[in-house]
Amino acid sequence: MNFQVRPILTALRRHKAGTMLIALQIALTLAIVCNALFIIHQRLGNLSASSGVDEANVFVIANMWADMGQSTSQIDAQVRADLIALRQLPAVGDATPASGYPLRGGGWDNFVTMTPDQVKPTTDSAVYTGDEHFIDTLGLNLVAGRNFRADEVMVMGTQEAVTPPTVIVSKALADRLFPDGNALGKSFYAMGTTPSTIVGIVDPLHRQGVDQWSNGYAGQSLIWPMRADDSRGVYYIVRARPGQLADAMREVPKALYAQSRMRIIDPKDGIQDYATIRHKVYDSDRGMAILMGIISVVLLAITAAGIVGLTSFWVGQRRKQIGVRRALGARQRDILAYFLTENFLISASGAVLGIVLGFAFNLWTVTHFAMDRMSLVYVGLGVLMLVLLGQAATLAPALRASRVSPVEATRSV
Amino acid sequence: MFTYYLQLGLRSLRRNPALTALMVMAIGFGVAASMITYSVFRAVSGNPIPGKSAQLFTPQVDGWGPQQNLKGEPAEALGYIDAMALMRAHEAKRQTFLYPVQLSVMLGGSRDLPLNANGYAVTADFFSMFEVPFRYGGGWSAQDDDARASAVVISGKLNAKLFGGADSVGRTFNLGGHDYHVVGVTSQWNPRPRFYDLFSTNGFADEPDIYMVFSRALDLQMRSGGRNSCRGSLSYTTWQGYLQSNCVWITPWVELDSPAEVASYRRFLTNYAADQQHAGRFGWAANVRLRDVMQWLDYEHVVPPESRISLVVALGFFLICLVNTIGLLLAKFMRRSGEIGVRRALGATRREIYTQYLIEAATIGLAGGVLGLLLTAVGVSGVGILFRPEIAKLARLDVSLVGLTLVVAIIATVLAAFYPAWRAAHVQPAWQLKSS
Repeated sequence: MNFQVRPILTALRRHKAGTMLIALQIALTLAIVCNALFIIHQRLGNLSASSGVDEANVFVIANMWADMGQSTSQIDAQVRADLIALRQLPAVGDATPASGYPLRGGGWDNFVTMTPDQVKPTTDSAVYTGDEHFIDTLGLNLVAGRNFRADEVMVMGTQEAVTPPTVIVSKALADRLFPDGNALGKSFYAMGTTPSTIVGIVDPLHRQGVDQWSNGYAGQSLIWPMRADDSRGVYYIVRARPGQLADAMREVPKALYAQSRMRIIDPKDGIQDYATIRHKVYDSDRGMAILMGIISVVLLAITAAGIVGLTSFWVGQRRKQIGVRRALGARQRDILAYFLTENFLISASGAVLGIVLGFAFNLWTVTHFAMDRMSLVYVGLGVLMLVLLGQAATLAPALRASRVSPVEATRSV
Repeated sequence: MFTYYLQLGLRSLRRNPALTALMVMAIGFGVAASMITYSVFRAVSGNPIPGKSAQLFTPQVDGWGPQQNLKGEPAEALGYIDAMALMRAHEAKRQTFLYPVQLSVMLGGSRDLPLNANGYAVTADFFSMFEVPFRYGGGWSAQDDDARASAVVISGKLNAKLFGGADSVGRTFNLGGHDYHVVGVTSQWNPRPRFYDLFSTNGFADEPDIYMVFSRALDLQMRSGGRNSCRGSLSYTTWQGYLQSNCVWITPWVELDSPAEVASYRRFLTNYAADQQHAGRFGWAANVRLRDVMQWLDYEHVVPPESRISLVVALGFFLICLVNTIGLLLAKFMRRSGEIGVRRALGATRREIYTQYLIEAATIGLAGGVLGLLLTAVGVSGVGILFRPEIAKLARLDVSLVGLTLVVAIIATVLAAFYPAWRAAHVQPAWQLKSS
């Protein structure tokens, strides 16, 4: 087919404008589509991150205390009474007090150091607090060591920096701190004056946040055996018995109000199951993926339609020439190949420009929003898509061209 | 002539409906995508306090040092010690210190469950500095600050819940176990982005319910209802211990009217930090910042990256639609070369051909704009699936957006038509007449 390229190039020089317009359109489309694919893939990757929580059965109650002047011991008594009441409910499997929960969308995190006087932190960890029921309630997977014992659970009042001597960490944090793998029994400092010794390792346990900062320390979290008796409020994390989530979510607030009415559970978002929590925390990721998806599809459709339009116009313009070629012995296949090759040449030159533009856009997002660099896979995928799209869009007008009868050559000359 | 060309243009649109539909759709989708993302961008990137944004500054003092600060930048809020020092120095004409508080409102009678109330502990100048509008009453005085008064300003919304919307100035109600008297009720006031508290919010929270006296909140040992950020190892076990720690949680604002005042305040901040170094409290050289509202919004990255990226992508999309339109217009116009040749031979000037085709393009732009408007309306109402709800609800289809959509569509299409119309105007009549 090589012999065909030269006449095509000569012909293209005769309608530079149309050629350049199609090439430009393909370049811009490629630049946007490969970035969109990249963003979609990244965001969907965030969306499917595992939290480690038994999400089908777990829900969270944000419980605020109405009387903010309570002492720590008063609050602790109330929290313990609440928990006993919750655990006795028929639809409830287990419950724990907490200062936050995975995928909350931000919350408590501490820097981690190996020695107490180390100034520059080694890394950062999300901090969860709970009693000996925390692991069972969330349904976490304990891969090494043991759970907390009831006698290890401490009390943390409102304005107290308490550091328990024992800690359970996520495997990601354990591996970060002790890369050779023997984390169990080792200790570290998490902004306390005393160390915490690792007694157990869970895998995985997502952080509270899903933002850029958190993603830099992905999956690194620790659990301290504490009841956080803050005068502002407490979270209760509750696991329903299998299949009884709705019942449990109905029973729990009633049971809590029966214990005491001096609390506030927001009627709108005071009780959330994990489907809701996950939906909320990832809404900007999901929105971005949807937007990029819509834009890519519409863009490809419009580009395809544009190619069909312009190619049809060219075919219309060149009916006579096509007729002459056919009369001189060109087969239908040759005419078809001519237009497809022509489109391929235009697409390829557009793609070269598009690759440059695509990387330029990616570079802009990298420098301004600290996003990741796009891998070549997405560019390759984009080029492939656009070349195929161009060929498909050219096919119909090219087929029409190939059916031009040699008789046309004799008309109106 | 204009109306005649317009008629010609409309007639030509009907001649090859597929091509026309394609162009109208390209313009419509392009302009709609741009307008939807722009409506969100406009909402999140606006100036929340246009009259005063250049006079309001937030001072920052580095109390963490080069090893622990934010890559060279001081913390985004102050700790208690520095906040108190700046407050006492009172170097600016007006100043306010604030932090978020979370409280419960006890309604009268035992039947109702307590309500949650979010708000801020602020000092007296807050209301005048930020031009808070009042429906009843007003803010409190500096004397009330000193007296640690139990005064509160409440939002119109909370006033409606508590007092049925009546003038409640002077009335008393219970907040978190203590009685407070109302000194003012605000009219709807929720500047977005919430420039004055970007430490604890992303800038797009719901309107606060209450504003209470800063010193009163400290007396009650009320911990911040927002963020709290600390460095090093923490060992406090009491409120006093917490106050003396390096934790930051208080946002300061000062009002400075002239460049001289700004320079003088900056000098004061630097001297303050240098004094702390000499006193041995800071082991590093003075590291301070004084940013005004817009600089602060920019530094805090208030515009979500999603909003900026999607706007750029949508504009790129629109550009592609325009390139597409140029190509299609070229095809459409050149297909009528014969017709142009006849008109030229009959005496039409190039200018007339040019005008005619530009007007024809404008009709396509108008049609695209109308389609774009419909799509924008649908898109703006459905923008909730694309952006976080608190940001999505800021996007509105108002008169200016409607106008902008139509104008952008028409202007863009006419611009796109310049080249095709020029080509049409340069058709050689003799050539066309010969071959047809």
